[in-house]
Amino acid sequence: MKILTGNDLKTGAVIWWDGQAWSLHIEDAVDATEHADEILAREEAARHVNSSYVVDATQTPEGVRPNHIKERIRALGPTVRPDLTLKPADPSALNWVI
Amino acid sequence: MVETQYRFRDDEPVTDPAVTVDSFGDQTNAASVRIEPGDDARELLPFLDRLRLVEVNFPSFGDGRGYSSARLLREAGYEGELRAVGAVFVDQLSHLRRCGFDSFAPNAPLDPQDAENAFNRWPDVYQATGDGRPAIWSKRHG
Amino acid sequence: MYKYDSYDQEMVDVRVEEFRDQTRRRLDGTLAEENFRPLRLQNGLYLQLHAYMLRVAVPYGTLSSAQMRMLGDIADKYDRGYGHFTTRQNIQYNWIKLEEAPDILADLATVEMHAIQTSGNCIRNISSDQYAGAAADELIDPRPYAELLRQWSSFHPEFLHLPRKFKIAVIASKTDRAAMRLHDIGIEIVKNDAGEIGCAFYVGGGMGRTPMIAPLINPFVPLDQLITYSEACLRVYNRYGRRDNKYKARIKILVHEMGKDEYTRQVEEEFAHLLTQGIEPPIAELERIIPHFADPAFDAATSDDLDLSDPDFKLWVDNNTVAHKAKGYVIATVSLKPVGGIPGDASADQIRLMADLARDYSFDELRVTHAQNIVFPHVKKADLYTVWQKLDAAGLSTANLDTIGDIIACPGLDYCSLANARSIPVAQKIAERFKAQDRLDTIGELKLKISGCINACGHHHAGHIGILGVDRKGVENYQLSLGGSEGADTSLGTITGPGFSEDGVVDAVEKATNLYLAQRQEGERFLDTYRRIGMAPFKEAIYG
Repeated sequence: MKILTGNDLKTGAVIWWDGQAWSLHIEDAVDATEHADEILAREEAARHVNSSYVVDATQTPEGVRPNHIKERIRALGPTVRPDLTLKPADPSALNWVI
Repeated sequence: MVETQYRFRDDEPVTDPAVTVDSFGDQTNAASVRIEPGDDARELLPFLDRLRLVEVNFPSFGDGRGYSSARLLREAGYEGELRAVGAVFVDQLSHLRRCGFDSFAPNAPLDPQDAENAFNRWPDVYQATGDGRPAIWSKRHG
Repeated sequence: MYKYDSYDQEMVDVRVEEFRDQTRRRLDGTLAEENFRPLRLQNGLYLQLHAYMLRVAVPYGTLSSAQMRMLGDIADKYDRGYGHFTTRQNIQYNWIKLEEAPDILADLATVEMHAIQTSGNCIRNISSDQYAGAAADELIDPRPYAELLRQWSSFHPEFLHLPRKFKIAVIASKTDRAAMRLHDIGIEIVKNDAGEIGCAFYVGGGMGRTPMIAPLINPFVPLDQLITYSEACLRVYNRYGRRDNKYKARIKILVHEMGKDEYTRQVEEEFAHLLTQGIEPPIAELERIIPHFADPAFDAATSDDLDLSDPDFKLWVDNNTVAHKAKGYVIATVSLKPVGGIPGDASADQIRLMADLARDYSFDELRVTHAQNIVFPHVKKADLYTVWQKLDAAGLSTANLDTIGDIIACPGLDYCSLANARSIPVAQKIAERFKAQDRLDTIGELKLKISGCINACGHHHAGHIGILGVDRKGVENYQLSLGGSEGADTSLGTITGPGFSEDGVVDAVEKATNLYLAQRQEGERFLDTYRRIGMAPFKEAIYG
């Protein structure tokens, strides 16, 4: 599947396209194979997102997971600072990232 | 041809079409020339007395060769119109002015308020660039 | 250190307003990202993996305690309570919001700081010797010349859109502590046979994917022609530097392709022309700047003795301090490389503590080193134990300067959008493997440097041991190199062979250090042994 990501223009936060809007959580990402370019062009123009791009991902029982380590790190946070990731209370979260 | 949006000169604008640097030397009656980014502005130095308009083309925001071309011409004594054309944006205006440009023909018209702010942005400057503005060091040492 | 006058203050204040205006236009849609990007980069604002990142300039690595305190406060107010000191003596914050960036610049301006030209294809922040003004071995303090260049290069209208970034370093000591010849322009302040002070210009060095050591293009440029000569170097580059391929756009490629002699000829021709243009500040301007860097009021009567009866203190003194030019003082380095930590990171509280210590014990001054550590340049030996105790209480007393534990590492794929592999976890594993103090001491000086991609922000080419992270079909892989050096004996490392996994590269480093310990002769550092016996035995030890 192909999912969409970018950074929130104002805050810089990593965001994922959930079909309607942008979410902070990779679990909300939806397959956007069909209209990827169209959605990104529209959302960039509306200044909701900055530096957006399309990412290859896989649907797993635990949720959507980007295929490349770079986007998996984007989805969680720096692997060397678990306290600053989106799941600071869940030490096992790193397991699917690296 | 794109329109000149700003011109800081009192003389009559030159209306002749600009020729390329390559062909300029052979055309003894041409008074206006267009410098492309790969051109060497120094090739024009023998002809400064008959030049009245030099257009310098900026193909993109990030291509800074035109700034050096402009300064070279001014340093050699060129006093005619020096026009920045192409990818000319608000945030370059004050720097282009400092390098000797005195007219501006951007691909897309600039917002007048933003452009005025940009032209007047820097009350002082750190360098002497031959544009007549005193560098801060010369103000410090009177 | 340098204090702004009303002109300098005006320049940074105007810059804040300019950037505030640019940010407003980006947010309201007037300014497209394509054109905003180079503008924000020229204010040090990147879009990184997780957020915007702001790189704040620390000109020639010198800071006052008030400036250092502000860096700590910014970390708390606008970021997540920490900052990262970089290999170009700057600091960067990883979690910045675009809408707050102008306010950060405004806060910085209140303490004479900024983020001007800390990124982008322009002349970057000028770097220098972290021991400038304190080192026993320097000719003169290089920082006044760096300050002169700072002002010249700030908003230089001709050179804001160069083919690629442009880095300048200025030193005045034969012991090169700033990797001078690995810069686009390296300037060494020298004295000629007539006893006059001038500048040797080395042009066209750099790391990145094509590392090169800068050749000397002019052994002596008089001080009153420094700016004019620099301008000539830049103009030739701006005219001919490649713009068709960003990987070939640095000046090192131009000097290499054009040839050093032809580049030099063109610079000299341009220089002769520019000398007629009146662009050089008068010597009076240098004379105005120099007193800002005058020695602080050293206490001539202070004791030169040091009580080393506390063994932990003695260890730190042995490893982390060097001789000062004034009797009774030392230069002390705070290692930001604790075992398990992130190289170069410091918390807001640690940053403020170092600010306080500098105020109380180092004439209000600190330095950032290109090895990502912090220096107190002027500490009385009589105060050193107190300073150490306070550092120790804050987790800042790691005694590993210039050892295998003092690793330079870029942020890597944990933070950086350009990275191919993570750097920090590799640094942490190596530091953990070698953490026993007797092991560090036995191995001695060993500069290990890690970059997470070919851009080489972690200076891996110049490491006695260098590690480069690469992406091999989506999996992190690490190439090992040996024999680099950034000092007066600058050399580039050679790759050992096939790459390794994260754990594999840690094992390989250990095999290399074991071979060194087995083969070394009296007094040899790792680098010396490598240079004497060559790559073959190391290869055998690592892959055999």
